[in-house]
Amino acid sequence: MQQTPTVPEARAFAVRSRTDLGEPILSVRGLKTHFVMDEGTVRAVDGVSFDVHPGEVVGIVGESGCGKSVALKSVLRLIQKPGRIVAGEIMYRRPGRNGARPELELDLATLPPLGRRIRQIRGGDIALIPQEPMASFSPLHTIGDQIVEAIRLHDPMSVADARKLAIAKLREVGMPSPEQRFRAYSWQLSGGLRQRAIIAMALSCNPAILVADEPTTAIDVTTQAQVLQLLRVLQQEHGSAIVFITHDLGVIAQLADHVVVMYLGRVMEQGPVRSIFHTPRHPYTRALLQSVPSVHSEARVQLPTIAGGIPHPLYRPPGCPFHPRCPDAMPGTCDVRVPAMVDDGSGQPVACFLHHDVAEADDGA
Amino acid sequence: MAPETTPLPAARPIARSADATGVDESRAPLLEVRNLRKHFPIKGGFLQRTVGLVKAVDDVSFKVFDGEILSLVGESGCGKTTTARCVIRAIDPTSGEVLFRRADGDVVDVAKLRDKQLRPIWRDMQMIFQDPFGSLNPRKNLLDIIGEPMFVQGVRSRQKRMDRVAELLNLVGLRPEYMHRYPHAFSGGQRQRIVIARALTLEPRLVIADEAVSALDVSVQAQILNLLLDLQRRLELSYLFVAHDLSIVKHISHRVAVMYVGKVVELARTDALFTRPKHPYTSALLAAVPVPDPDQRAALQGLPGEVANPAAPPPGCYFHPRCPFAVEVCKHEPPPLREVEPDHFVACHRAEELTLDGIGELESALRPRPDVPGATPEAPPPAPPDVPTPPSREVPS
Repeated sequence: MQQTPTVPEARAFAVRSRTDLGEPILSVRGLKTHFVMDEGTVRAVDGVSFDVHPGEVVGIVGESGCGKSVALKSVLRLIQKPGRIVAGEIMYRRPGRNGARPELELDLATLPPLGRRIRQIRGGDIALIPQEPMASFSPLHTIGDQIVEAIRLHDPMSVADARKLAIAKLREVGMPSPEQRFRAYSWQLSGGLRQRAIIAMALSCNPAILVADEPTTAIDVTTQAQVLQLLRVLQQEHGSAIVFITHDLGVIAQLADHVVVMYLGRVMEQGPVRSIFHTPRHPYTRALLQSVPSVHSEARVQLPTIAGGIPHPLYRPPGCPFHPRCPDAMPGTCDVRVPAMVDDGSGQPVACFLHHDVAEADDGA
Repeated sequence: MAPETTPLPAARPIARSADATGVDESRAPLLEVRNLRKHFPIKGGFLQRTVGLVKAVDDVSFKVFDGEILSLVGESGCGKTTTARCVIRAIDPTSGEVLFRRADGDVVDVAKLRDKQLRPIWRDMQMIFQDPFGSLNPRKNLLDIIGEPMFVQGVRSRQKRMDRVAELLNLVGLRPEYMHRYPHAFSGGQRQRIVIARALTLEPRLVIADEAVSALDVSVQAQILNLLLDLQRRLELSYLFVAHDLSIVKHISHRVAVMYVGKVVELARTDALFTRPKHPYTSALLAAVPVPDPDQRAALQGLPGEVANPAAPPPGCYFHPRCPFAVEVCKHEPPPLREVEPDHFVACHRAEELTLDGIGELESALRPRPDVPGATPEAPPPAPPDVPTPPSREVPS
């Protein structure tokens, strides 16, 4: 008889406000990651800036091709050729104990991508929960051995101690009978349990930031609810910041404190989750929110849509990337200049000429 | 440069839910599936003998009426796609009947037809697939792709095919000039329009859509949903709509069948199913959908345990190991699908005694209201008259 995983106690989770959270631990500024190929240059990430504060949940939302995955992989320095970070900085400040000054402050964008420094930070300070739990574990080694390996890479300890720690982490994420599952192979686990094992592995070194790339896309809705609840509980207990990517606005509303809306490699708008949902300022955010049917909205009516489709990555429109599909585009402005991200003091910066008249300094390039 | 999408030619605005009136149930059903079963053998041992059966579809029955959209919904592995494939005879069912009313009024059992007899049936029954990248031949242009069903059915005149393809491209919102282009020139949403055009070439009466919008981006998903609804009304089609996303199912369907481990556990009109579910599994599915409103951060309730193994399902009700309401009888007796209210079928021993949660009345107050800066959601507007008010909610006087 299979033991069922324990579902963490049902609790509601309040949205945290940025003002209580202290200095950002991760500041991405003007990040540009381009892929130079024979056919042309794909500007996958083209000037992205956002902050992550300690203990905050930041949700990055956007459609396919908006550069959300590339942005997160750039932070972890996992971009492979022909991709390259061509500009910008990724400032990481490792928090000191008990709110002391940061004990480490460095720009991840300048580190050699295969160097010792970044390998310590990746997995140790910033851990990744990948999208495909099946593809993330080696099928030839038990999940326990793989977690022990990850622990011992970052923290020199005996195999026996690492094993104890790994089992404790498996128990913490609600894995039933963790001692037995420690010896299981990934293909012996169901999708939900595999996702739990991945989360246990990511948590094993007590990272300051958890980076999750579509953590619930590949799993069913009832399992998704369990994983989301687990992430909330773990986040409260560990105080790690979480940066996650999704295209599901329901997941954003349920998990995120702060939302970054991306389109074609640029941030369109960002702000606290309530403001983004109730008073979206960018036409793209507005359209995105309106075009999604919900179980609560009226059935069988025409949905408002965004005209056209996402442009081919090699043929980016000039000016604001959204202007060909934008209902409010202003000819002569939006198709010529690139709007800069401007915060007018509302805490909800937006890159749109409807709200300000500041263009990007190096536009037209 | 990717070609542009032309807007639909003056689409009639879709009126609000025609659920009660749009479907004609007085006539015989267009499709009636009776006791459909599909069992896949598990081979093993030295002689590759059959050592077990995966009961992917296990005694499924439902009807689809003219002009109706029936959704099959459930988690992965519940048998919804296998059911759809058996209906169109992409695979042969193990047993059961698939009764289809032909245009001349004759009812044929598609499950029993021989391969040669199927071809005329496929004029009336077409399928839309999930992946618009995998379902179009990259070496054929749109004329050949969309015109192929006509060719197969014996239309040899190229001019006739070109005329029809141009008409179809217009219908799905693409320019007729595109008919000489190849699929690689089109985006995901446009490809799905091409797939839909191909399915409509022979003027089918039943379209089977298997996760037709799941692979699309949200902004494109809305366009395709609108197109599907608009075509359904204009051409008076019926859909058998297979999906896992409850929001989309709620949006598009007249009636919904919820499947769990090869069986239909609940079948009802969309509004009734979403507001007053009678099966604990349906209620759990609804509770697991993340609400797109940061002010409604409820504890998300997942279901404990795993989906039962269809090769070795538990005795009694397949859902009982995960069911919070299971009692002794659930462990031994498989519950039959029975009508507990008019048009509301449930396979649960305790359907009458349980009061289960459906979705709350959240409504359109969730929608952003950019015209009122800083607006907070107010009390929901009174329910539209054609949507039955759930009994749990107090009606403001």
